[in-house]
Amino acid sequence: MDHVTIWIVIAGLGIGSFFLRFVFLGVIGNRPLPAWILRHLRYTAVAVIPALVAPMVLWPAATGEQFDAPRMAAAFMTLGIGLATKNVLAAILLGALTLYAGLYIAG
Amino acid sequence: MLPATDKSAFWMGVRGAAPFILVVVPFAMLFGVVATEAGLSVVETFIFSTTVVAGAAQFTALQLMQEQAPTLIVLISALAVNLRLAMYSAALTPHLGAAPFWTRVFVAYLTVDQSYACSVAAYERNPDWDLRTKLIFFFGTCAPVLPLWILASLAGALIGQAIPPAFALDFAVPITFLAIIAPMLRTLAHVAAAFVAVILALSFAWLPFNLGLLVGGLGGMMTGAQVEVMLERRLKNLKSGEVR
Repeated sequence: MDHVTIWIVIAGLGIGSFFLRFVFLGVIGNRPLPAWILRHLRYTAVAVIPALVAPMVLWPAATGEQFDAPRMAAAFMTLGIGLATKNVLAAILLGALTLYAGLYIAG
Repeated sequence: MLPATDKSAFWMGVRGAAPFILVVVPFAMLFGVVATEAGLSVVETFIFSTTVVAGAAQFTALQLMQEQAPTLIVLISALAVNLRLAMYSAALTPHLGAAPFWTRVFVAYLTVDQSYACSVAAYERNPDWDLRTKLIFFFGTCAPVLPLWILASLAGALIGQAIPPAFALDFAVPITFLAIIAPMLRTLAHVAAAFVAVILALSFAWLPFNLGLLVGGLGGMMTGAQVEVMLERRLKNLKSGEVR
């Protein structure tokens, strides 16, 4: 791979990513935002993160994007425990346990 | 729960993000291995992880460079994967926008999925936190994540070996994120937002440049906001009904 290209990509991606991270925090800063925007922003995390995760659950890269029952079961266990207990660590541990148990059973 | 001191707010953040070590270390090591195998030097790999600090975008760029894609396409594709960071930036603004300029610069550099998700979850649980506490908590969440991302990339590049796939650590990503998000689904509006986001993200997964994620995210946010308005209106109607 051409090293000039590599450095161009690193610099461009570094600057571009920082710009994306700074654009609102830096430009708006302390100025008050309209209520309707704030209302949308309250749901950023619960919308973007599940949207990010859903394809990984349904089509895991590790199984060649084929549906995988142990991984699906682990995702639902994590979600269920998280909803029921509000305990992040319990959700992770039981989710991981479900995954390993499922992978063991599936052989 | 109000942390008594700056120190305790920082440690709360560290503890909140600690589970993500499971995600960051294997993912970063894998990047180090794949990058050096693709022909990047150890220094290039290290600087890549230090400046970009975004796994999915780094992998996208690497893959396209290996396929000899034009540099402009590499940049556009990888930045499209990172567009969600602008949404995080917007969502953090009501909480951290009042911070001094240089503090905001550091917050921006350190905004990754993990620090953002942990911090917003904590801010929602603790509406009485002031700016200082929120900032210290945010930096606390970065402490177990960012240095390890950089160091584990370097380790992967130097050792040339990732954690074996038999450990199924690929799935640490969905599990840790689902565990952080599940407790945040406390109202019908939150549940509706997540549900619509998932359906849209899956339906539009075929879009190029990872735009399905953006469609899902924006659709979910709009759904959450709409349901919130509807619920508030119904509550108001109920209350005025009681008065009469």
